[in-house]
Amino acid sequence: MNKRTGWALPYFIFLVLFVVLPLLLIVVYALQDGSGHFTLANLGKFFTDRDSLSTFALSIEVAIENTVLCILIGYPAAYILADKNLNRSAVTVVLFILPMWINALMRTLATAELFTMAGIQLGKGTLLFGMCYDYLPFMIYPIYNQLNKMDKSYAEAAQDLGATPREVFRKVTLPLSMPGVWSGVMMVFMPTVSTFAISEFLTNNKIKLFGTIIQENINNSMWNYGAALSLVMLIIIAITTMLQKEEPDES
Amino acid sequence: MMPKNPIIQIEHLSKSFGDKQVLDDINLYVRKGEFITLLGPSGCGKTTLLRMLGGFTAPDSGRILLEGKDISDVPPYRRPLNTVFQRYALFPHLDVYDNVAFGLKLQKVPEEEIEKRVKKVLKLVSMSDYEDRDVNSLSGGQQQRVAIARALINQPRVLLLDEPLAALDLKMRKDMQIELKEMHKKLGITFIYVTHDQEEALTLSDTIVVMNEGKIQQIGTPIDIYNEPVNAFVADFIGDSNILNGKMFRDRRVAFIKHEFDCVDEGFGENVSVDVVVRPEDIYFTDDPAKCQFTAKVNSCTFKGVHYEMWVDTDTGYELMIQDYDPYPVGSEVMLYIDPDDIQVMKKERRFNSFPARVTGEGRVTFLDTEFECDTEGFSVGDEPVATVRFEKVDLLDHEEEADLTGNVVAILYKGDHYHLTVKTETGENIWVDTNDIWDKGDFVGIRILPKDIKLIKAESGNE
Repeated sequence: MNKRTGWALPYFIFLVLFVVLPLLLIVVYALQDGSGHFTLANLGKFFTDRDSLSTFALSIEVAIENTVLCILIGYPAAYILADKNLNRSAVTVVLFILPMWINALMRTLATAELFTMAGIQLGKGTLLFGMCYDYLPFMIYPIYNQLNKMDKSYAEAAQDLGATPREVFRKVTLPLSMPGVWSGVMMVFMPTVSTFAISEFLTNNKIKLFGTIIQENINNSMWNYGAALSLVMLIIIAITTMLQKEEPDES
Repeated sequence: MMPKNPIIQIEHLSKSFGDKQVLDDINLYVRKGEFITLLGPSGCGKTTLLRMLGGFTAPDSGRILLEGKDISDVPPYRRPLNTVFQRYALFPHLDVYDNVAFGLKLQKVPEEEIEKRVKKVLKLVSMSDYEDRDVNSLSGGQQQRVAIARALINQPRVLLLDEPLAALDLKMRKDMQIELKEMHKKLGITFIYVTHDQEEALTLSDTIVVMNEGKIQQIGTPIDIYNEPVNAFVADFIGDSNILNGKMFRDRRVAFIKHEFDCVDEGFGENVSVDVVVRPEDIYFTDDPAKCQFTAKVNSCTFKGVHYEMWVDTDTGYELMIQDYDPYPVGSEVMLYIDPDDIQVMKKERRFNSFPARVTGEGRVTFLDTEFECDTEGFSVGDEPVATVRFEKVDLLDHEEEADLTGNVVAILYKGDHYHLTVKTETGENIWVDTNDIWDKGDFVGIRILPKDIKLIKAESGNE
């Protein structure tokens, strides 16, 4: 080991203590019963429990809906921000990123309060609104980044070859901005699956998401089942990440 | 001069970005089938002009006619012109075949025909076996070929090329030059080529358009431009040259480096200051005292592959560059002569600095956004005379204190015994300076003009 690799030691220790060890503990707890014996019962319980499965399905459904919503709103926003003719100032970009500076819990509480004040019934609609509001910047920013660094000459070359502005977007700009969209999806989809605070505040616990039941189990000292549920979620995350890796990496 | 049916006519084209004038009243026509090159240093407006032809930049005024029809307002995708971009701009998400087929697919050409034409054009650029390759895996030269194929497949009336070889190494560039020239001959398409490389322009072009600071300096065949540059800028930019201050005594008689020479130029008038250009290969050595026009001492001698490049100090104290196939030893005294044919006499563009000025008080005048002290006798407050300053009276300082204003050296011309510098002030105006000090291009300089060196003259006679 030479001198320089020694510098990595503190980070290595940090990684082991706060990333690797907790992950291992999740696996260990998930595969144990309350008295410390090896069992697959926790995982079996999840796959046979109708409530857990339907919550899980609902979480995925809400996450997909939220992600689609974020793309639909975020892509045009990012496109406008990155277009020098439509947006000449960097301030507008900051305005879109600004909400990220405020704690998400605080924003969610405030949103819930606003709904109550306006007399709007809390439910799935308010849940999606809150999620979209919270995660939109995470969709806009990577797409904006991708569009912004894209060489303008691609669009010009397409125009030069006879593409109308619409065709330029469809055949060049959109495909070339896909890596940005994918990072946006990663940053929105995954956290939405595991979120619990937003559903708690914005539906008054009427709608339970996967994150909520993990939290409830752990709060009620059911560590082993909570860990099993977390493990299921980790596997989902790993699968989606690997799916994304297979996309051609332009960035 | 104007041919009957020029394929492109450019009329009074002007463009500014902010307060920088990039193109200043450009007039140009392009013959059908011609290989025309826009040549100039970076920032001269050549790329902007090409982008206007492609439709990517709109002119502030003036118009562009393609085969007699005004296309100034036609969007790029409806112009029958295609561009080879400087950094190729190949679509990274498509393979070679799809890049080349892009234009035809947009036109909904049947698939079999697309395939036939793609194969044909890839063969033309010697890239036949690369159809399925990812464009990012290609070398610079190969990407270049694909870019040319992609532009040619639409069978454009005119092919625009924006410094297409700039990113290639020297050897590859030379090969591509020959191929481009052959392609041009074979296809008969009009090529409009942009480059800052004078050698490339001389090699490739039928016609060269030399540009500087948004203006066309000279239009001509490579031979015309090389042998008969119209001003010091063109002479300096194209090839090596000795550019010297001279005086035209009368027709066919000119003085420079404190010697008198016969020449072939006429019509300048008598006793007129001129610029004289002598190419380094046109100064000859002789052993015959009868032929000798002046003597010099060899100062340095460097082998350049085909010829030797020598710097000599003349008996009158000027430094000249000479290129000859035979070397002469450093320190030796040599006898030299120049043929009258090889002396190119040019009208001086300017003989002193002149700036529009405004008298702001007794003994005070403002020009170049700066207030100067000077003799204002004969003028009253509010008058707008022209302030003139001789080139050698402008002092350049390497610090800002004591300076009246600051600027950057943008061009340097060696005139045998002094440097003639162009200094651009912070406000974008040019001051010309004669100096013996050595400055580099890009140097930040303080500019000082002493009160006694500023002469005010009435605006009407401002041009003289």
